[in-house]
Amino acid sequence: MKNRQKIMVVTANDLLMGDAVWLTIDDGWTRDIAKAEATQEEAQAQVRLLIARSQSHAVIGPYLAEVRLGPDGPEPLHFREIFRTRGPSNYAHGKQEIRPGG
Amino acid sequence: MYTYNDFDHSFVRERIAQFRAQVERRMAGQLTEEEFKPLRLMNGLYLQLHAYMLRIAIPYGTLNAQQMRQLAMIATRWDKGYGHFTTRQNIQFNWPELCDVSDIMEDLADVQMHAIQTSGNTIRNVTADHFAGAAADEIADPRPYAELIRQWSTDHPEFQFLPRKFKIALTGSPHDRAVTKAHDIGLRMVRNDVGETGFEVIIGGGLGRTPIIGKVLRAFLPVQDLLPYLEAIVSVYNLLGRRDNKYKARIKITVREHGMEAIRRRVEDAFLVRRTSFKGADQALLDDIKENFRPPAFIKAPVDGFQASQEGDVHFDTWVKTNLAAHKHPDYAIVTISLKTPGATPGDATAKQMQVMADLAERYGHDELRISHEQNIILPHVHKSRLFDVYNALNEAHLATANIGLVSDIIACPGMDYCALATARSIPIAQEIATRMEALKLEHDIGPLKIKISGCINACGHHHLGHIGILGLDRAGVENYQITLGGEATQNARLGERTGPGFPANEIVPAIERLIFAYLECRKGPAETFIETYHRLGQGPFKTALYGEGRASHAA
Repeated sequence: MKNRQKIMVVTANDLLMGDAVWLTIDDGWTRDIAKAEATQEEAQAQVRLLIARSQSHAVIGPYLAEVRLGPDGPEPLHFREIFRTRGPSNYAHGKQEIRPGG
Repeated sequence: MYTYNDFDHSFVRERIAQFRAQVERRMAGQLTEEEFKPLRLMNGLYLQLHAYMLRIAIPYGTLNAQQMRQLAMIATRWDKGYGHFTTRQNIQFNWPELCDVSDIMEDLADVQMHAIQTSGNTIRNVTADHFAGAAADEIADPRPYAELIRQWSTDHPEFQFLPRKFKIALTGSPHDRAVTKAHDIGLRMVRNDVGETGFEVIIGGGLGRTPIIGKVLRAFLPVQDLLPYLEAIVSVYNLLGRRDNKYKARIKITVREHGMEAIRRRVEDAFLVRRTSFKGADQALLDDIKENFRPPAFIKAPVDGFQASQEGDVHFDTWVKTNLAAHKHPDYAIVTISLKTPGATPGDATAKQMQVMADLAERYGHDELRISHEQNIILPHVHKSRLFDVYNALNEAHLATANIGLVSDIIACPGMDYCALATARSIPIAQEIATRMEALKLEHDIGPLKIKISGCINACGHHHLGHIGILGLDRAGVENYQITLGGEATQNARLGERTGPGFPANEIVPAIERLIFAYLECRKGPAETFIETYHRLGQGPFKTALYGEGRASHAA
């Protein structure tokens, strides 16, 4: 376990809506983390982060977040990142509003 | 209530026009986020976990019906049908889109409201006792002074880039409902030996990662010296306050590092200089402002019906006992409307509820509403003959929860359900505690008990000042909740003490329940409150209740 390679995605907030988005393989952004590009190579992750940072006209505050690979694609690990894929817990607002159960 | 003059109107509209242009340039890619961020923060626009958040100032917590209706309109038109009232007498909308924010600001300006200086390293929204102008124990209404401070501090050219944010709170009553000792400057109205009115000036209070109870800088400041003295304090802080480390930048740390005596000498010296530049314009302005805060035209009507209604309706009677406070006029009462229905989000009101409260204020409350730092809404002036009608209307709107000051009247910050700084969630913990307490049907038996929850060390939920404080943290990727006991937010403000290791989310509500049962078991009788029992016995029985007999002694 101690040499386990971390799997990372690049995530940020959308400039207009302010909601969570994830970088895709074609340098675009998705609102579904399962469609995000995941990378295991640290150097590659840093390159992808640089590309994200160059898109200041589209997103705010890109950073790397650790994920695991599920059957449908990347899945968040930390509870903060889980909330970002879903929305708040007191109302069914945010992403869960658009994708019930998501 | 204060009414904008032509200068105020044009100043606010001009700021909106500037901001609209800034947003357009940001959206066109002409401004980077690094350039835009300080501009949006100056206008109260944050970026949170799921969306932007607009924080709107409610100066000294005072609103009229028209303003409350406009907030309801904004909630409906631009947001998701509700607003969140905060511990700093602001309202926050959690879902605005960037392209709409300038229009929201125009809607606010239509009713003399704005979001200026609700963020950034400036003097923030000035807060005050939510019972100001109505409380039976008041020396004088502090709001004219709060408004004077607001006008002085808004866009003050010297104080737009302070080392850190700066918060001022005022109370006109010996019973401190404005938490003045947990502010950068707290002003408590007092009388001197010859009966003149002035302020006791407290500085260096604050919560956050280094909680400190404020200390008295000046025991008596004549009211006419208020602005030059405040300017002296803030100018000394502006020079001495640290800019190398944001965690050491608040005035509480400046006071700690330099010592109160050294700060006092510098402030008094600066005051002598500053005072000469105030030529009386501030006092003329204050006189004008005072005209806006005349007491309402109290009505004369019999109050016999009030007592009859109380005797005839047990629910009304309970609400009267918990949600009313003594008004300075014997035929009036101060009504606190609870935004803490068990299971609801503390501080949230729907647009419909805002409209109901606005209607009630207009019809029965001399057109006044207040927001408390405890996240409830107040109708400060209700004639006793109208109380039953007010109660019935509130009841229909699910706003008649009789729990003010009780265990389910919980302060909770937005926590990680919304806030980008949070380390854990607050809202679900508050919801679960309140729901559990309601199920136990013990709330009125437990009596006065303040639970305050923060979702991070910044302490927006005032957890240090809760009789029971709860702090949500991230412990190795899991939400974990630390408990403090014995805090108080009154004139006898004190910080709670940590009990020991925290609890995971699924164990915190049972832990709080054990604390409450320990209190019920240990108290001398129903007259001894939780905090009194705690002061009498200390942490011992409460630690045992939390951690068990064996572990309590190790849980330090």
